[in-house]
Amino acid sequence: MAVLNEEQEMLRDMAREWTKNEHPVGAWRKVRDAGEPFDADAWGAMAEMGWAGIIIPEAHGGSDFGWLSLGLVVEELGKSLAASPLIASALAASAIALGGSEDQKTEYLPRFASGELIGTLAFDESPRHTGLTASTSVHDGRLTGTKAFVHEASRAGLFVVLAQDGVYLVEKGQGMSLSRRAMVDMRDHAEIDFNGAPAHKLADGGSDLAQKILDRARVLTAAEMLGMCQAVFDTTLDYLKQRVQFNQVLSSFQALQHRMADLYTELEIARSAVEGGLQAIDSGFGVTEAAAVAKATANDALHHISREGVQLHGGIGMTDEYDVGFFLKRARVLEAAWGSSSHLRDAYAEMKAY
Amino acid sequence: MASTAEPEAKTDLDAFREEARAFLAENFPPELRGKGNLLSSVEEASEESPAEKAWRVAMGERGWGTPTWPKEYGGGGLTRQQARALEQEMAKVGAWNPIGGMGVMMLGPTLLEFASEEQKHEHIPPICKGEIRWCQGYSEPNAGSDLANLQTMAEDKGDHYLVNGQKTWTSGGQWADKCFCLVRTSRADKHKGISFLLIDMHAPGVEVKPIKMISGMSPFCETFFTDVAVPKENLVGEEGQGWTIGKRLLQHERTNLSGGGALASLNAQPLHKVAERYIGLGEDGKLADAELRVKIADFEMRWSAFLLTARRAMEESKAQGGVSDISSILKKAGTRLGQERAELMIEIMGYRGLGWEGEGFEEKELSGTRAWLFGKATTIYGGSTEIQNNIIAKRILGMLDHQ
Ligand SMILES: Cc1cc2nc3c(=O)[nH]c(=O)nc-3n(C[C@H](O)[C@H](O)[C@H](O)COP(=O)(O)OP(=O)(O)OC[C@H]3O[C@@H](n4cnc5c(N)ncnc54)[C@H](O)[C@@H]3O)c2cc1C
Repeated sequence: MAVLNEEQEMLRDMAREWTKNEHPVGAWRKVRDAGEPFDADAWGAMAEMGWAGIIIPEAHGGSDFGWLSLGLVVEELGKSLAASPLIASALAASAIALGGSEDQKTEYLPRFASGELIGTLAFDESPRHTGLTASTSVHDGRLTGTKAFVHEASRAGLFVVLAQDGVYLVEKGQGMSLSRRAMVDMRDHAEIDFNGAPAHKLADGGSDLAQKILDRARVLTAAEMLGMCQAVFDTTLDYLKQRVQFNQVLSSFQALQHRMADLYTELEIARSAVEGGLQAIDSGFGVTEAAAVAKATANDALHHISREGVQLHGGIGMTDEYDVGFFLKRARVLEAAWGSSSHLRDAYAEMKAY
Repeated sequence: MASTAEPEAKTDLDAFREEARAFLAENFPPELRGKGNLLSSVEEASEESPAEKAWRVAMGERGWGTPTWPKEYGGGGLTRQQARALEQEMAKVGAWNPIGGMGVMMLGPTLLEFASEEQKHEHIPPICKGEIRWCQGYSEPNAGSDLANLQTMAEDKGDHYLVNGQKTWTSGGQWADKCFCLVRTSRADKHKGISFLLIDMHAPGVEVKPIKMISGMSPFCETFFTDVAVPKENLVGEEGQGWTIGKRLLQHERTNLSGGGALASLNAQPLHKVAERYIGLGEDGKLADAELRVKIADFEMRWSAFLLTARRAMEESKAQGGVSDISSILKKAGTRLGQERAELMIEIMGYRGLGWEGEGFEEKELSGTRAWLFGKATTIYGGSTEIQNNIIAKRILGMLDHQ
């Protein structure tokens, strides 16, 4: 665990208490059973606690606590699979903070900080992330193109869209249609068809604006995945300590002890990678590389831990009644987001020019 | 093999092929071509169409759904070569075996070995005709890997047993007519107190509660027995012989499970074809994702080595006249590879491989998602991978148990 300042510790404890007491996995189960992809009450509570503004400058209504702070909160939310647009919205806000004009910042950031406005990134155009290329185009301030599997799409009021010549803001409204994509994690995803939607460029971010946004998306997603790793690990360990077969607790079998020791190793290495990514964003050094390492490490750790979690629970792990399956399903969606491990390893080699 | 017997055997086989072709031409409804779907038949009890029924009846009458079982109990009475020829002729016209389920995979072979004549005549023919659905009542809440810990009691009441207790994870319990069950007839000894009993699922006192699975279906149940009277004729073997019989049945289950994985993937498209479609080729003609390309090759190569191993196990077993040692690795290796394949499919298809329902996904993609989730069970049921490893380490490798 990274060394935290007092502010960060308080924030993490608050998030930990809230998810444990007010918003455990059971809360998500209720939302899912009701057929909702989104937990409106939970989002309200998060905004109230100031989480929507953690990476937004104080001048624009945020707390400017930084990315490590946000990551700590996101990790806790990952533990309970909270169905909130916190990540998507923070990423949209960060895009404006990085590349928006003063006017754009003044217009949008305070509304993001209060949680009143939800935003999301609409970058990828295929079911796999294949880099920062887009065929979406803008003519005379009108944006046209199709974006695949946009996260938290149905509640978003503002879309940060990758086009051929840069990153644009598109408000929800005319010139777009959404069609829901019901994925295995039962969350809020949609394909969006933009057809001449009014768009405004984020013109002040420099040529690598899209890369900067993508780096942040990778790291924050990895933070959610880290929380999921921890939750599956903890639940599995608890279960093995309780379940008796052959007149002994399963945790007394050396074969299983070694399995858990391996998972623990992976989990802790993933934690370092994710925290390293968050700190890199805060410091501004080596972000792209650290982000690739964070996401790829989290991908591999969660892939393995979510599989082992089901296996080590035995039959009960296969039931809908048990939480561990939820994590397996959400895991694969996040593994695919912003670069699979193979894509990230290839990207890393490219960064290093080999 | 004696060389003099060869030519004659060949002509016999040719004649048999003729017979099989004629039978298929007459009885296999062309609209059912290639429809046999292993995965869905595992998860759901679907309604039988008139054509499907006709096909099942035709195959059942002939006994060809259980081709090598003895004719006197309703089987096909075919030799192994004939059975293989039948399989080949069926494959040529896209026909599939409509007779299946736990009766065929597990119970039938076990009854052939352990049951009395009366029991064989009563229970095997309906299995051959696909008229009776069987389920497996082994696991209990506290008897999973430690199956011998089972507590469901069958009390001797003179002409019948009175059964009380709970089973769980009973696959297809809600659709089954009968259940082959491991019950406790004595508390004196953990293993020798177990007996193998056939129970009518429609009998008073039997209750099932479906359990929903992570794949969204409810293909298995909790099964409750409350004062269920079971006639003594339904005891297979002797009282206390249940553990021996039950374990033999598990061997049949495991053989089928590793083979099932093989079959399912033979029917499916090769991974590299799927990848070509979803990822595409680069200018150099190679799959556009270098790492995935290697992973797919790795899978396909390990898969072909596995198939060779499965074949070797079969040949060795036949030559030795007993189960070969390497059979013990087939279930764990086959199920593991099946899971790898499903995970690779998702990696290849990205979000398209993670659809749950509705718009934007092809039917095949959606059933792939469910199969991926359901497939997680294959390393848990039928003796988990960990239990297989224990068996390999202790029985095959002679490693001491010092826990
Ligand atoms: C889809 C599905 C269908 C099924 N269908 C049927 C059915 O029709 N009929 C039926 O009777 N049963 C059925 N089962 C039950 C299945 O046989 C059991 O789930 C299985 O035996 C494991 O038992 P358990 O679930 O109690 O897990 P547990 O025995 O509690 O095991 C939990 C974990 O610990 C591991 N473990 C246990 N003991 C050891 C050890 N000594 N050393 C190392 N690791 C160990 C296991 O491998 C597993 O990973 C089904 C299960 C599933 C998932």
